[in-house]
Amino acid sequence: MSNVPADLRFLKSHEWARLEADGTVTVGISDHAQQALGDLVFVEAPEAGRRVAAGEACAVVESVKAASDVYSPVSGEVVAGNADLGGQPELINQDPYGAGWIMRIRPDDKAQFAALLDAKAYEAALAAETH
Amino acid sequence: MPFIPHTADDIREMLAVIGAPDIQALFDEIPAELRSRALDAIPPALSEMEVGRLMSERAAADGQKLNFIGAGAYEHHVPAAVWAIVTRGEFYSAYTPYQAEASQGTLQLLYEFQSMMASLTGMAASNASLYDGATALAEACLMAVRAHRKSKSQRILVPAAVNPDYRDVLQAVTGGQHLAFELLPYDPRGGTTTTASLEKYRGQDITALVIQQPNFFGNLEDVDALTDWAHEAGMLVIAVVNPMSLAVLKPPGEWGAKGADIVCGEGQPLGVPLSSGGPYFGFMTTRLEYVRQMPGRIVGRTVDLDGKPGFTLTLQAREQHIRRSKATSNICTNQGLLVTAATIYMSLVGPQGLANVASSCIQRTAELVAALASVPGVRVAFNGPRFHEAVLLLDRPVRGVLEALAARGIVGGVDISRDYPSLGNALLVCATETRTPEDIATYARALADVMQSAAAA
Repeated sequence: MSNVPADLRFLKSHEWARLEADGTVTVGISDHAQQALGDLVFVEAPEAGRRVAAGEACAVVESVKAASDVYSPVSGEVVAGNADLGGQPELINQDPYGAGWIMRIRPDDKAQFAALLDAKAYEAALAAETH
Repeated sequence: MPFIPHTADDIREMLAVIGAPDIQALFDEIPAELRSRALDAIPPALSEMEVGRLMSERAAADGQKLNFIGAGAYEHHVPAAVWAIVTRGEFYSAYTPYQAEASQGTLQLLYEFQSMMASLTGMAASNASLYDGATALAEACLMAVRAHRKSKSQRILVPAAVNPDYRDVLQAVTGGQHLAFELLPYDPRGGTTTTASLEKYRGQDITALVIQQPNFFGNLEDVDALTDWAHEAGMLVIAVVNPMSLAVLKPPGEWGAKGADIVCGEGQPLGVPLSSGGPYFGFMTTRLEYVRQMPGRIVGRTVDLDGKPGFTLTLQAREQHIRRSKATSNICTNQGLLVTAATIYMSLVGPQGLANVASSCIQRTAELVAALASVPGVRVAFNGPRFHEAVLLLDRPVRGVLEALAARGIVGGVDISRDYPSLGNALLVCATETRTPEDIATYARALADVMQSAAAA
């Protein structure tokens, strides 16, 4: 069973989002997603300054099995991509909710964040996916 | 495994099972007006013997003309061993090997090819080939758009001195993907692209600059200055090169301070005979940091469970069977057989042999230009260093001259007047190591004769 922290928000496409104290939103992929992908070998994080729309593919995670897009949960401006992933994509496997974060976005509208799935809803979505 | 087609009995049996009276009945669903009519214009079948005779007669009608055409495909000597080895059953399949366990020989050959091309171009990584030189340039432009993440414009600077056929293919392949190409003029004296022509783009968002070396006119571009200028202006540099020339010219990986970013070109000069436009093959190499944006297949060297070296396709997650519509390219097959020829050619000739061929080309072309330019009514369009092609300017339309030469068994070059109207009556000629001093003298005599008789007429 995968780890779904109660304090995070999620997308059905398996991204997580956390509202930071400074108003930015940190984004990564869920523990379930990293397990399903297997060992990650390459991550392409977006560059700071890029404008992204909610639902837009803005990063790529590549494992030994597949390459998948990472979708932005909110519209806004990317303030940082996780540069450590360039040399250590395995950080996502080891610590998907911590050192394995992918990007930080300054959202145009915080209401978008509030509308994301909470942990319970995401767990329900995972349960529905496996059946 | 032998191929055994089904027999008339098999067909009857299968039709009986599905309850169809005959094969035609399987197509009943297709409306009659959509079905192709009988191919009335096709003559009756010929036997193998008859076809062989017909083809020999047609080949004889073509004759053995003395060829001075280059313009993208070049006549080089191909050692007999090349195609004797290529046509061995083990290599004689052009399809990409998916199964590493069954294809180690082919995979190793592709790996050696990639190593040779990376070494020749001075780049870190090579793919296993592309369709041809022109589409390789189109793929390189699409790759530059993906790789240059800061540039949003999809605008690419393309010198007019790049092969006009390549420029047409560039439009055809990428036109639907909203790339914009800005044509750069050439310096009318030197026949090369100058940094002065680039200045008006400084400060604009431009994705990449294409540099062809040697350019379509055969002239050598100042690749160091152009590369540095493009990099300072925040553009990527796409090099289009003749691999044969790299035996004597600076590899694109060493152009300017940082080297080119993507290198591509036509591989035909390396062991592939001229063949009415193809099949040839394209190649592409790049920096390691852009390898995930490179189209085509890549073979890697690895070790198996027992630690023994082996070869396998690698970085497949960028390809269409995994990435679907987001794949770096829809090109998945390579020109396997031609790459096999090129690899064997390079192995047999070796670095010194390649340099000898390239040097002979330069020498022969210099002799050709000197001989032809001494004919009254002929002058050289551009001064400055060149590889194995040159533009000559005639005092009358080129077409008639070429026709008169053809009647004398000489294919005298390419009329580029239509592609470059400002040049006037322009003829592009080429001499490789296959042209002897006697061949060149024959051409010069014939040209003098043609020019004189036309002048008299």
